[in-house]
Parts: sequence; C-alpha cells; structure tokens
Amino acid sequence: MGRYVIRRLLQMIPVFIGTTFLIFMMVWALPGDPFAGKCGDRPCPESYVQAMTAKFNLDEPWYVQYGLYMANLLQGDFGETFAGVQVIDELTQAYPVTFKLTVIAILFEIVIGVGAGVLTGLRRGGFLDNLVLISTLFVISIPIFVIGYTLQLLLGVNLGLFPVTGREGTVYALILPAFVLASATLAYVARVMRTNLIENLRSDYVRTATAKGLARRRVVGVHTLRNSLIPVITLIGADFGALLGGAIVTEGIFNINGVGGLIYRSIRLREFALVTGAVTVLVIVFLLVNLIVDLLYAALDPRIRYD
Amino acid sequence: MTDPHSLSPHPTGATADTLEVEAGEGPLGGAVVPAAQDKPRSLASDAWHDLRRSPIFITASVIIVIFVVMAAFPGLFTNKDPYFCDLNLSRQGPSAGAWFGYDLQGCDVYARTIYGARASILVGVLTTTAVTLSGALFGMIGGFYGGWADSVVSRVTDIFFGIPLLLGGILVLSSFPSGVGTPEWQTIGKVVLALAILGWTSLARIMRSTVIQVKQADYVQAARALGGGAPRILRAHVLPNAVTPVIVYATIVLGIFIGAEATLSFLGIGLQPPVISWGVAIDDGATYFRQSPHMLLFPGGFLVLTVLAFIMLGDAVRDAFDPRLR
Repeated sequence: MGRYVIRRLLQMIPVFIGTTFLIFMMVWALPGDPFAGKCGDRPCPESYVQAMTAKFNLDEPWYVQYGLYMANLLQGDFGETFAGVQVIDELTQAYPVTFKLTVIAILFEIVIGVGAGVLTGLRRGGFLDNLVLISTLFVISIPIFVIGYTLQLLLGVNLGLFPVTGREGTVYALILPAFVLASATLAYVARVMRTNLIENLRSDYVRTATAKGLARRRVVGVHTLRNSLIPVITLIGADFGALLGGAIVTEGIFNINGVGGLIYRSIRLREFALVTGAVTVLVIVFLLVNLIVDLLYAALDPRIRYD
Repeated sequence: MTDPHSLSPHPTGATADTLEVEAGEGPLGGAVVPAAQDKPRSLASDAWHDLRRSPIFITASVIIVIFVVMAAFPGLFTNKDPYFCDLNLSRQGPSAGAWFGYDLQGCDVYARTIYGARASILVGVLTTTAVTLSGALFGMIGGFYGGWADSVVSRVTDIFFGIPLLLGGILVLSSFPSGVGTPEWQTIGKVVLALAILGWTSLARIMRSTVIQVKQADYVQAARALGGGAPRILRAHVLPNAVTPVIVYATIVLGIFIGAEATLSFLGIGLQPPVISWGVAIDDGATYFRQSPHMLLFPGGFLVLTVLAFIMLGDAVRDAFDPRLR
C-alpha cells in the first residue's frame, strides 16, 4: 500500500511536467501582442515595452521561459501578471469559490445520482426506471447553458426561490449553479449506478449471500452497493477536475467569480502566468483526486489489493 | 461540458462467438426473441437480431437518417434562402409563412435551422472520426505491446486527460481565431481540431483495456504460436474483437461533440457567423431568450434531438452487444 502510493506519486511527476509544458506551449503560442491595449488608446512607450520584456523574459526562447517558470514554481512562486498582481493572490480569490461550487455539485451527484441509480436498479423495468432512463437521456442531450438559462429564469427570476446570481459566494447562492453544473454528470451517475447494480445483483457472491440467509437489505446495502460504487467513483473523481476548470459556462451565466472565468479572461488577455498557474493547480488537484479514487477502490472491493 | 467517462463500455471481449441466446426478453425490455433457435449465431448477428426489434434503435436510426439527409441535401426540406434576411421581420414569431419565425436579422429560422444541420453534424462526425482513429491507435499500441510503450502511452494519455475539454478548446481556438473572411471549411476544421486534441483520451483508455483483455485470449495465443507477426495478429484477431466498445463509445461521444460545438459557439469562439450552425443560432437566440424564445428553442430542439438520437443509438448498440445483459 505505502509502496503503491509512493510509486503513484512518482508517476505524477512526468504527468505534471507534461501538462504544465503542454499548457505553457499552448498559451505561449497564442498569437497577438501581449501589450496590445495595455496603455489605453495608444501604443505602449518603448521604455515600458523594454522593461516588461526584460521583467518577464519575453525575448528568451520558449524553453528558457518554461525552465525559468518551472524553477520559480518549484519554489512556490507563481509569478505575477502584467498588471503587477501576484498570481497566487488571484488564485486564492478564485479557487475557494469554485471549490465550494464543485463540492456542492458533487454532493448533488452523489445524493441524487446514486439515489436514483439504486432505486431504478432495484426495480428494473418499472415506471420509475423508465422515467429516470428517459429523463437522464434528455438531461445529457441538452447543452448546459440551455439548462442554466432555463433554471435561472424559472427558479431564480420567476419563482424567486434562489438568488439569480451566485456572486456572493454563499452556499445558498451556489445551490442553483451547482445543480446546473452537476446535471449532466448526475444523469450519467444514475445510469452507471443502475447498470452496475443490475449486473452485480446477478453475481455469484450475491447469490451466496442470499443463500446464507442474509436479509435483502444487507445483501443490497453491504454486498452489492459497495462493489457497484466503483465505476461511479471513477466517474465522480474524473468529474471533480473537470468541474473545477470547466465551469466556465455556468460561472458565466450565474456571474460567479471562479476559476473558469479567471482562466477564460486571462486567455483573452494573454496573461501567460495566470493561465499556466491556474491550470497547474488544477492538474495537481486532479492527479491527487485520481490517486484517492484508486485507493478507494481497494477500500470498497476487498478483491482489489495494492501491494 | 463534462466528459462522459462513465460510458466506459463494459469490455465485452467479444470472445463469445457462439453465444446461445436464451429465449425471453431482449435487453431493452421490448424485444422478444423467438423461443427456438435452430443454429448458434455469432454475437454480431445476435446483436443485430435484437437491434432490429428494438424500438429505441429504430427511433434513433430514423432520426439520424433524417438529419443526415438534411445535412446533405438541405434543399429538400426548404426552398428558402437561409442567407436572405429582411430586417423588417426581425424577431417576428412563428407564423404560417415562416413556421419557426424570424431571427434578429430577419432571416427565416426554419431555413437556417435546416441549413445549420450540415455544420453541426459535420463537426460531430469529423471530430469523432479523428478521435476514434487516434484513440484506437494509441490504445492498441499501449495495450498490445505493454512495457515501456504502454507506460509512455498511458502517461501521455494522463497528460491530455488532466486538461478539461472546454479549456483546451478555448486555448486552441484563441490561437487560431476565425473571422468573417475565413473560409467555411477552415472554421469548421479549427473547431474539429480544438475538440479532437483533448477528446481522444477516453477512447484510448477504453481501447487499451479491451486490447489487454483480448490479448490473453486463446485464439491470440494460438495465432502467436503459429508464428503470426504482431501486425497480422493486431489486424486479424485483436482489432475485430476489441473494436465494439470503441464504436459504441464513439456513437455516444458523437452526440456529445455536437453539443460541445454549441457550447464553444455559445462562448463566441466556436463556429463564426457566416457559417450557419445550430450553435451559432443558439448563441444569437440566448441574448433574446426572454423576449423571443423561438429563436433559441427551434435550433436548440433540433440540437437536442440529434444528440439524443446518437446517445440512444449508442446505448441500444451497447446493450445488444453486452452478453452479460442477456
């Protein structure tokens, strides 16, 4: 177990370097002058351009820039934006909000998604089963911004049940955006949970448990559910990373100052350090969540052992 | 958009070439398989037998055929010019003359929705093709050769997997911005590239895990013992038996990519205005959603229907090919 974790942590190093490199290259390749529009309606003075170029090493080749960036990063220095703001300050403002949003969304996925999956899996072919199957298909098919606008209009503007924007960042204000964010994955979770439950209910160990005379509640709750959760946890774990960085649309609709919006804005403004920094944190979180998910497999399924 | 990692199809292994069908309910509840079977059938013909009787499969196929015909020959569905716009008619609602009403510029929404099918479906089909080919290739190399090749492929997959699809799309499209003067095929090509560059990872993982399973099957060992080279074993034995989950996933993901195109266009960086697509129309309509909902609802409805049809098709095919659901 300990050795497994260490091996996984070591494997993260090349992935981490590769991802930061990929992002750095993509941002670096963005066309356009980073100084465009920085000095109002006139071109920037030559002295300013020279000072900035020297400060951010812009005249160095890309590999030197990447090396300098990584050297700073390893010392915990995320660099600063062209406007002179520390990147780390921007990140510590944006990440808590998005993190809260993501956690609420994941809670929706677990409670509603797993709940619906278990209910339908146990009563396959019934009315509820068909209802959930059809409605989840629809939810998956509708683009997230259509869901977002519709729910915002219905529940926020017309009925006044929820705040129209999530700007305050309180849990209450984030419930509706989180639900929108969770909707598509929630539908997948319900379907995957259902399929796995149905499959596992027919497996030999469930038959053995029933033959031993265990109560159905125990057979389903302890024996079947734990094993059926494995693909669901994979799904939710992968979603954690996607939600942190991919909430661009939802954050835009509900006017939330989160990571998605921050990344989108900084791509448009060509803020190399900010984009790379935000994505770097994203990748670290993503890799750690993946490791936790893999460790959870062993906790859930006694047949899985990491030695 | 979140990535549909979930759909990781159950690797059927497809080794059960002579799987017997039990009489009873088909996987989708509706199809009843005739009780007596004279001769054993292959998994593929079994699946086809089930599919032909599945209402979900038939509905999805009919919808897809209609949309593909619409994409290929839009003139069959409307005789109006989608580029002819009259500002006097701006945002007028549906009427007998214009079933879907008019958009902000006074163009006929019905004609534009019909003509929009081409770009949207093209993006979906091209992206899926690119993603399937590259994903299957990487997955096969990693799964079949193992060792350091597998390590390299897996780590590269991890690297690309860690970056959200939408984020990569925005970066790529910001690198190659399209304008009014860009030729249509270039605009579409950029969106395809943006989605494909990060979209192949799930397919590579699926292919890798299926190939690892198939590789250990007896017929592959036999082919190896008989002196078959790696290319021949891959082509003749591994690929045909490992490809089903990939195709199923590709069908589902095709719908997802059509939705992703709409999201990119919604952000204003996907397909751009001279190109007519559902995503562009939805983006236009979203601003006036509360005043003139028809501008968003009609193209949006077509989009949802298409995505739905592909996901349903993939679901039905997966169920039909999964021996464990029998």
